[in-house]
Amino acid sequence: MFELLGITPQGLVAQLLVGLINGSFYAILSLGLAIIFGLLNIINFSHGAQYTMGAFVAWIGLTQVGQWFGFPEFSINYWFALILVPLVMAGFGLILERTMLKRLYHLDHLYGLLLTFGLALIIEGMFRHWYGISGESYPAPELLQGVIPLESIGIILPKYRLWVVVASLVVCFSTWYVIERTKLGSYLRAGTENPKLLQAFGINVPLMISLAYAYGVGLAGFAGVLAAPIFQVNPLMGSNLIIVVFAVVVIGGMGSIMGSILTGLALGLIEGLTKVFYPEASGVVIFVIMAIVLLIRPAGLFGREK
Amino acid sequence: MSSKIKLLYGILVLIALLLPFQDFIYLVFAMKVLCFALFACAFNLLLGFTGLLSFGHAAFFGTSAYITAHLCKEVGLSPELGIVLGVLSSGVLGFLIGSLAIRRQGIYFAMVTLALSQMVYFLAVQLPFTGGEDGIQGVPRGMLFGLIDLKDDVSMYYFVLAIFLLGFALIVRTVHSPFGQVLKAIRENEPRAVSLGYDVDRFKLISFVISAALAGLAGSLKTLVFQLATLTDVHWHMSGEVVLMTLLGGMGTILGPVVGAGIVVGLQNYLANIGSWSTIATGFIFVICVLAFRRGVVGEITHFFKNKN
Repeated sequence: MFELLGITPQGLVAQLLVGLINGSFYAILSLGLAIIFGLLNIINFSHGAQYTMGAFVAWIGLTQVGQWFGFPEFSINYWFALILVPLVMAGFGLILERTMLKRLYHLDHLYGLLLTFGLALIIEGMFRHWYGISGESYPAPELLQGVIPLESIGIILPKYRLWVVVASLVVCFSTWYVIERTKLGSYLRAGTENPKLLQAFGINVPLMISLAYAYGVGLAGFAGVLAAPIFQVNPLMGSNLIIVVFAVVVIGGMGSIMGSILTGLALGLIEGLTKVFYPEASGVVIFVIMAIVLLIRPAGLFGREK
Repeated sequence: MSSKIKLLYGILVLIALLLPFQDFIYLVFAMKVLCFALFACAFNLLLGFTGLLSFGHAAFFGTSAYITAHLCKEVGLSPELGIVLGVLSSGVLGFLIGSLAIRRQGIYFAMVTLALSQMVYFLAVQLPFTGGEDGIQGVPRGMLFGLIDLKDDVSMYYFVLAIFLLGFALIVRTVHSPFGQVLKAIRENEPRAVSLGYDVDRFKLISFVISAALAGLAGSLKTLVFQLATLTDVHWHMSGEVVLMTLLGGMGTILGPVVGAGIVVGLQNYLANIGSWSTIATGFIFVICVLAFRRGVVGEITHFFKNKN
């Protein structure tokens, strides 16, 4: 059947894997957006730029930090970056929230969108100024270089890509577990429903909000580190991705944590399939799906009509 | 309108009319400001007076720019016909995007318009007639009504000024009409407007289409002035810029977007030589506007005088 369409099973599986990887990035990023939106009621427009920043910080850690401090042989390798960069990004998020976003909570949500849009421009512009738009490459760690050959079906699986899918799924589902199944998560959910009431129970809601923003930004940073060895580390990597993630968010409806994870993965796969069967449409397929979903279910697939 | 404001408008129009008779301001720059001012005014009709934040207005600006460029260059239509058809196309596109987007509210509305305009961007990259990365270059300005040669910057300037004033008058008229009052009611309190019996969705859609068509008019004019249409015109950075112009000038004020457009275009002209710093500067202005003076330049001035009285 595949031969009839001029597509080999190997090609199909390869594209599905690419789709799954893109889907994992959509899932992590839209999950971060969902958490931030839930408590702050702000669409974090700088999410894409923060993802870019994560990739750049990892790259700087690997190639530049040693020289900055005069120890050329010192560098922060991939595995340390995977832990360190999200923490750095979370700290950065914390500062942003404390100094700027905090001032906007009593206003229309649109101002949050506009402020984070401005932040995105600043971050993107700075990296473009320092590193140009050509992009830097970040080698995959030695442990994950190479491929796993599956000779029986004639496919090879690049190790790093498999790792990305596994790592992001683990992070997504543990986040889901914490939010939906633990006490801390129940506070978070209560905070999205009724912050005033929660405060009356003696819970430090402003602190919780700050930490939620920091966590969301940390997730974006984590996605950036994961992405660095796959894509070129360049200043525009996030701004191209974030609009697709916005479409994912509209399709999913941001009603539930699980919703954003599943929608992200599913749309990545659909995009991968489109690349196989009708490549010209692969750039727009997600937006077409968004239009259809809006016609049928304006609140999104997992969203609740308010 | 009070007589003081009438006087102000009169002086502004007089200055605009006299602009070709001096050497300080470059005419092409003035035309650029007028095009973007019209774009920002059209956007402000939606954001400032209806309360809808569209993050996809580049789609209308760019579509009209491409259609006009194509019709004038490849089909050989006269500039006025090119503009009319460009505006029609962006109006139709506005109807399509608007009817989808008004199904969601607030930030979702912004995201939907952004995503749909990105779809238009992808089409502009791929469709054969748009010229991909190169865009459509060398668009002839042509003869207006077969009589006036627009190659001359002075006649082009007066043409742009006339169109701008027409568009501006249309927006002022719309805002002050009963229709405009309903739009403001929707902006202030949508549920109340619904309960008063207004078909809110229809009003929003009409306002969206008018705004899209006028944004398209600005795009068409820009194409004729610079004789090119490129991907920059449909890119979402353009949508962001028009938001900035409106925010900086003062959303919901009549003259605000014009002032905002003047400042932003002026800054870009000065900052053009320092490359990516212009993006950074734009970002900083955004942040400062949102944090410190949300009323914008014109908004703050009006507020100051209101408090004084």
